[in-house]
Amino acid sequence: MARRTPLFSLHQTLGARIVDFGGWDMPLQYGSQIAEHHAVRRGAGVFDVSHMCVVDLKGAQARPFLQRLFANDVGKLEAQGKALYGCMLNEEGGVVDDLIVYFLTEEWYRAVVNAGTRDKDLAWMRRHAESFGVEIIERSDLAMLAVQGPEAPRKVAALLSVAGAERALALGNFFGREIDGWFLSRTGYTGEDGFEIMLPGAQAAPVWRSLNAAGVVSCGLGARDTLRLEAGMNLYGSDMDERTNPLESGLSWTVAMSPGRAFIGRQALEAATAAGLQRKLVGLVLQDRGVLRAHQRVLTPGGAGEITSGTFSPTLERSIALARVPATAGGTVQVEIRGKTHDARIVKPPFVRHGKPLID
Amino acid sequence: MSKVPSDLKYTRTHEWLRTLPDGSVQIGITDHAQQALGDLVFVEVPETGRKVSTGEPFAVVESVKAASDVYSPIRGEVLEGNPELASTPEAVNSDPYGRGWLARVKLADAMPALLTAAEYEKLAAEEGD
Repeated sequence: MARRTPLFSLHQTLGARIVDFGGWDMPLQYGSQIAEHHAVRRGAGVFDVSHMCVVDLKGAQARPFLQRLFANDVGKLEAQGKALYGCMLNEEGGVVDDLIVYFLTEEWYRAVVNAGTRDKDLAWMRRHAESFGVEIIERSDLAMLAVQGPEAPRKVAALLSVAGAERALALGNFFGREIDGWFLSRTGYTGEDGFEIMLPGAQAAPVWRSLNAAGVVSCGLGARDTLRLEAGMNLYGSDMDERTNPLESGLSWTVAMSPGRAFIGRQALEAATAAGLQRKLVGLVLQDRGVLRAHQRVLTPGGAGEITSGTFSPTLERSIALARVPATAGGTVQVEIRGKTHDARIVKPPFVRHGKPLID
Repeated sequence: MSKVPSDLKYTRTHEWLRTLPDGSVQIGITDHAQQALGDLVFVEVPETGRKVSTGEPFAVVESVKAASDVYSPIRGEVLEGNPELASTPEAVNSDPYGRGWLARVKLADAMPALLTAAEYEKLAAEEGD
């Protein structure tokens, strides 16, 4: 039996096509997936992301614990409410999961991890938290909505008290705080401005309906995937997993190698770097018509690689992908689609940001 | 409910067939199929002169989320693929029985047994149309 979020029956009422995603019954789309995509680039859309797992990490040793668990440096979190993206690694340097960590107080951090890896992540955190005396508290009481798009901040602010709206709109990028009984953060997975809202499950459906009434479009996981790929953001399980390290996954910027930090996986990453990284994750733009898809072979002079995520980009009206290729690859490569090769150009993601194409 | 024109023939794999005045057979995918696929962004039609056999994948329709084969319901020779779909794949969504046709095929032998509109409507309903 698949798990369901507090919004499941509303999705059905709204005519969503429901699919299994990491063991959850989730909306794929409500109408046209492309229309939902454009709504987020041009106006505002709302996504149910309650399947993601909110975890509170509490204890006096929470910060030292995260210095061990998290490959990014929570020492960067100086201001209260600031968030940091990064990975938990295993001893081999492989990615256990990617997550966002919020600094709420010295003794209270909040992490948001992926739905499909929830049980594994909780077990991993608990195993390492024990010696730090840190408590791992799963917040399954909370629903989570992502309201994204250039008009999203204004639409969310309209749901709040006057003082609350002011505080919400003053939130900087990658900051979160408690406002009017909700936890709001200026984060997302679309490359647009917006908020993610954590709120009691029972409030989720009425808030969703209020957003719809204000012109915010219901959006499913289909649009979420094309938006995140245009934004050049990785999807765990597709673009990286326990067999790939972050340096080969376009995530070097999330690994803080400053001296003295003894995070899990560091030694393996240092050994891999010393030996020379063999692979890298790049963006591809298909030069012909057609659609790049995960697992298609990429041919380069230095050997074959593979597409990890591919789709049709509604904003660029051509196909884009993320691909893991030999470290020497550059310029134009060939992708095999149904037995024929097609030219694709290697580019540096993101492909689209704040509604604007970033590649030719 | 999807549209199922009564003057066409259908297959269990969601293709439709229309016999044209010159005896050639126009083939496309049904309204039910295009709804299930979602927004189409790329269509690959067969080349003129290609010999196809019954049940052979002869076209590909790609939505944002997936690529799907379309099977030739008959044996014969492709007279033409719909040239318009290169620039307007969305015609398969908006007009599956008209501008969204995929190919025209010259039948090699007698028309096989196919589903009537009523039979196809029942099949589509069973699949949650």
